[in-house]
Amino acid sequence: MTKRLKFGAVDRRTIVKAGAVAGLSQIAKPFVWSARAADTIKVGMVDPFTGVYAAVAQNELIGVKYAVEQINAKGGVLGREIELLVEDSANDVGIGVQKTRKLIERDGIQFLIGDVNSGIALAIAQVSNEKKVLHIVSGGHTDGITGKDCHWNVYRVCNTTKMEANSVAELLFQKYGKKWHFITPDYAFGHTLQEAAQADLKKFGGTVTGNELTPLGTTDFSAYLIKARAANPDVLLVLPQGLDMVNCLKQVAQFGIDKQIHVAGLQQELESLEAMPPEARVGIWMFEWYWKQPGVPGVEKFVADIRSRSGGKVPTARTWFGYTSMMTYALVANQAKTLDGVQLAKALGNFELPAEVKLQPNKCYYRAGDHQLMTSAFVGEALTKPAGDPEDLFKVDTVIPGDKTSPPESETGCTLQWPA
Amino acid sequence: MSGKLKLESSGLKFVAPAAIWTALLLAPFWMPLLGGYTALGTRVLVLGLAAMSVNFLLGFTGVLSFGHAAWFGIGAYGCGMILKFIAPSTPLGILAGTLAGGLAGAVLGALIVRRRGVYFAMVTIAFGQVFYYIAFQWSSVTGGDDGLRPFYRQPLHLGIATVDILNNAAAFYYFVLACFALAAAAMAFILRSPFGRTMLAIRENERRARFLGIPIELHIWIAFTLSCFFMAYAGSLYALVNNFADPRGLHYSQSGDFVMMAVMGGMRSFWGPLLGAIVFVVFQDYVSSVTINWQIFIGFLFVLVVLFFPRGILGAIRRRAAL
Amino acid sequence: MTQLLLFNITNGLIIGAFYVLMAIGLSLILNLSNVINFAHGGFLVVGGYIAYTIEPYLGFWGALIASPFLTAIIGLAVEKVLISRVYGRDPLYSLLLTFGLAFILEDGTRVIWGANGKPFTIPAALAQPLSNEFFFITGYRLFMVAMVAAMIAILFALLRYTRAGIRVRAGTLDLETVSALGVNVRALRSMNFAVGIFLAGLSGVLAGGQLGLEPTMGAGLLMPSFIAIIVGGVGSLTGTLVGGLLIGVASGVTAVFFPAASEAIMYVLMAVVLLIRPRGLFGEEGMLT
Repeated sequence: MTKRLKFGAVDRRTIVKAGAVAGLSQIAKPFVWSARAADTIKVGMVDPFTGVYAAVAQNELIGVKYAVEQINAKGGVLGREIELLVEDSANDVGIGVQKTRKLIERDGIQFLIGDVNSGIALAIAQVSNEKKVLHIVSGGHTDGITGKDCHWNVYRVCNTTKMEANSVAELLFQKYGKKWHFITPDYAFGHTLQEAAQADLKKFGGTVTGNELTPLGTTDFSAYLIKARAANPDVLLVLPQGLDMVNCLKQVAQFGIDKQIHVAGLQQELESLEAMPPEARVGIWMFEWYWKQPGVPGVEKFVADIRSRSGGKVPTARTWFGYTSMMTYALVANQAKTLDGVQLAKALGNFELPAEVKLQPNKCYYRAGDHQLMTSAFVGEALTKPAGDPEDLFKVDTVIPGDKTSPPESETGCTLQWPA
Repeated sequence: MSGKLKLESSGLKFVAPAAIWTALLLAPFWMPLLGGYTALGTRVLVLGLAAMSVNFLLGFTGVLSFGHAAWFGIGAYGCGMILKFIAPSTPLGILAGTLAGGLAGAVLGALIVRRRGVYFAMVTIAFGQVFYYIAFQWSSVTGGDDGLRPFYRQPLHLGIATVDILNNAAAFYYFVLACFALAAAAMAFILRSPFGRTMLAIRENERRARFLGIPIELHIWIAFTLSCFFMAYAGSLYALVNNFADPRGLHYSQSGDFVMMAVMGGMRSFWGPLLGAIVFVVFQDYVSSVTINWQIFIGFLFVLVVLFFPRGILGAIRRRAAL
Repeated sequence: MTQLLLFNITNGLIIGAFYVLMAIGLSLILNLSNVINFAHGGFLVVGGYIAYTIEPYLGFWGALIASPFLTAIIGLAVEKVLISRVYGRDPLYSLLLTFGLAFILEDGTRVIWGANGKPFTIPAALAQPLSNEFFFITGYRLFMVAMVAAMIAILFALLRYTRAGIRVRAGTLDLETVSALGVNVRALRSMNFAVGIFLAGLSGVLAGGQLGLEPTMGAGLLMPSFIAIIVGGVGSLTGTLVGGLLIGVASGVTAVFFPAASEAIMYVLMAVVLLIRPRGLFGEEGMLT
C-alpha cells in the first residue's frame, strides 16, 4: 500500500512539471503571435467542430482553408496575407460568444465567419455587431439572420428556410400530389421551414393532412410515422436535419412507407445522404449546392482541388459555403480598397460573385436590403444507387436562381440600422 | 475540524485572500499581457462563482449534486426573460433570476433530501434534465434550441452616475467582480456561522451529528437551497455575460464541468473552486483553439485529476506543506 | 383511435426493450460497484462502429456476435487501468472519471471514424415490415426484442444458477461480507463490468441498424436508461426491466398526443414514482439510500 502511494507521488510530481511546461508555453505563445502577425489580416472562424454539427462544420472549414490558400497565392488582400484563426464553438452558445470575443478583442480579427448552429450564429452576430466587425454567416439557416434580427454588418451565404421551401414546393406538388403530411423538427428552423412549405401548398390549392412536431434529437420516429401513415397523404415531407433525418429516413425505409407514400423533403445535404444506407436515399429534395454541374465554369477545378485536399472526398454545399464566405471578403476588400467594416458592408450590398466563386449557372449576388445571398437551389432526386462516382448521390433536375425562391426584401422583416 | 477550513499559518490567513483580491481587481491590466482578454476574465468569475456554489454543498456539507446546472440555467433564463419581456433593468433581472432558480431548488430539495450518495447524484441529474428539456422543448417561451434572445444588459443607474456595462468590457468586468464579492462574502459569512459549523459536522460524520440531535434533513435542505440560490445568482450573471440564455447551460454535462472545477481546485477549501474554474476555463479555451479534438484532452484532464489529484490543486499544495 | 393507441403501446414496448438492454448493463455495474457509468453511451457508440468496421469481413451476423465481445475487451482494459482505482472511494470520483471517459470515447470515435455518420446496413430480409397492417413491426425490430429477451433470460439464469452470478447478487447486497468470505471481489467486479459493457456493445450494434451511426448518438440514449433504473429501483434488475418498458410505453403514447413532452414524460414518471415510492418500484429499502 505504501509502495503504491509513493509511486503515486512520483507520478504526481512528473505531472506537475509537465503541467508547468505546458503552462509556460501557453503564456509565451501570444507574444510569438503578436510579433509575427503584425502584417497579416486576421480572419476568424467560429463553428461547431464538435457535437452534432461537427461533420458539416469541418467541411466548411475545408472550404475556408482552400479559399485562404487561393487568396494568399494571388497576393492576398490589399497586398497583405490572410491569417485564419479557427475556434470551436462546441455547439454551445456561451463558448461561441466567448470565442468570438476572444477573436475580436484579443486577436483583432477584421472579418468573422460562422456559425452552423442558427442560435449561435444569432448570438455571435450580436457580438460582431457590437464590435463593428464584418460577419458572414456561412451555414445557419434561420430566417431571422437576414430577417427581423438582421444587422448592418451581417451577411449570409446559405439559404433562408423560405427560399428552401419555395424552391421545392411546386415540383413536389406537380409530381407527387396535393395531400401533404409533415414531419417537422420542433424548433425555430423547422417551424419556419414548415410554415413556408404549407403556405406554398395552400397557394397551389393542396391540403395538409397533418404536421408531426418531433423534438430535436428524436431517435425513434415510429410513433410519428404511425400517425402519418394513418392520415393517408400523397406526400410525406421529412424536414428534420442531420442525425434526426438519418434516423427518420432509415426507419421510413425499413417500415416500407416509401413504397406507399411519396417521401420527400426540402433541405438535403450530401453529408446526410452519405450517412444513410442505400434504401433510405429516396425522394425529391433541394441541395444548396452540388458538385456535379457539367459545363459550369470553375466547378470541375474546384472539385478536383478539394478532392486533392480532403482525401478524395468531393466538396459539399458546406465546403462551398465556407469557400464563398472567405472569397467574398477578399473580393470586396480588394475592390473597395479598405478594411473598414462599415465601408465593406456598404460595398457588399448588391455585390455580384464572379464565375470562379459562385460556381453555379445563375446570377449570384448579395441583396442590399436584407444582406442575403441570392444563390441557386439545386432541386432533384436522391439516388438509391450512386450514378458512377460513389459520392454522386443526387440527380439535379433544375437549378432555380435565388431571386426566384426568395421573398422580396420588403417581406423579410429586415430593417438595417447603420451606425451613425 | 474548523482548523481545516482555515489555512494553517495565521499569517497566510490574511495574505492569501489579499493576494486573490488584488489579482482579481487588477485582472483587466495583467491578463492581456499573458494572452488573456477581459471577456475571459468575466467568464471565469461567473463560472468560478458557480463552482463555489456547487462546492458550498459538495465540499462543506458533503452532498453531491450532479444536476446543479439546472439552477444555473434557470437563473439565466429568469434574468433574460425579465430583460426581454418585463423591464430593462439589470438588477431586477439578477434578482428575478436568483429567486426563480433558488425557489425551484428549494422545492426540489424538499423532495430528494433523504437520498444520499450515488443515488442523490442520480436523482439530481435526472431532475436537472427535466428543466433542460423544458428549456429545450418549450420553444414558444424559451426559444428552444435557438436560445432566449434578444436581450441586453442595461446601463446601471447609481444615482450620481450611469455606468455603461454593455459596451465597456472593463466596466462590466468590475460589475461582475462586485457581484462576485457580494456572493463570496455571503458564503463566507454563512460558513463561519453556527449553521456553517453544523454543515461541516454533517459532512464529517452524519450519524454522530444525528445522535447530537441535529435535524440532518432540515440542514441539508437549507444548505441545498442556499447553494441553489447562489447557483441561480451566478446563472443570471451568465445571461448578462452572453446577452443570451440557452438550454446547454442546464444540461448535466454542464453540471459535470462545475463539479470538476470544484474538485480540481480543491473542494475542501473556500477558494479552491475559483482556482479550478480558472484552470478549467483557460485550459479549455486554449486547447480548443489549438485542436479540434480538444475534448479528448478535457477527458484526460478529468482522468488525471481523479487518479492523481483527488484533493485538487490546493489540497495537494497543503498536503505538501503539511509534510 | 383505439387502434392508434394499441399500435403505440406495442411500439413503446419495442422501444422500451431497447432501453432495457442498455439499462441492464448500466444497472449491473451500478449495483455491484456503486459506479454510475457515464461512459456507457460512449461504449455503445464504440460497439456500433466496431460492427460497422468488421461487417464487410464477417457480415452482419458475424459483426453482431464479434463486436460486443471486442467492446467488452476494451471495457475490461478500461476497468483494469482506470475504473478499478476508484472502487471504494467517494462516488464523486467514479462519476467524474466516467464522465471524462465519455468525452474521450466520443472524441476518440470522431478521430478514428470521422465526424460524419456511417451507413450501417442490415440484412434486407430483416429490413422490412412483417405485415402491411403492422408495418412498424419490422423483422429487425422483432429480432431486436428477441435478442433483448434472450439476453435477459441468459443473464438472469447466470445470476441465479452459476457461482459467479450468485456472488454478484450477494455482492450487490453486502460486498464486505462477500469479500470476507474469501471471494476475489476485484475479479468479480472486472467480470461484472465486462458483462455490462458487452451489453452496451450489443446495444450499439442493434441501434446502428435502425439509427444513424454517429459519434454523438450515445449521449441521447444514456438518459432514458438512467431513468429506467431510478423508476425500477436501484439494486433490482427486475425493476430495471419493468422501468425500461414502462418509460418506453409512456414515451411512445405521449408522442401521439403531445410530442413536445415525449422526453419530459419519462422524467414526470420518475418524479411521480419517487414521490409515492422513493426507493423505486422494485427497489429494496436501505439500498443505496
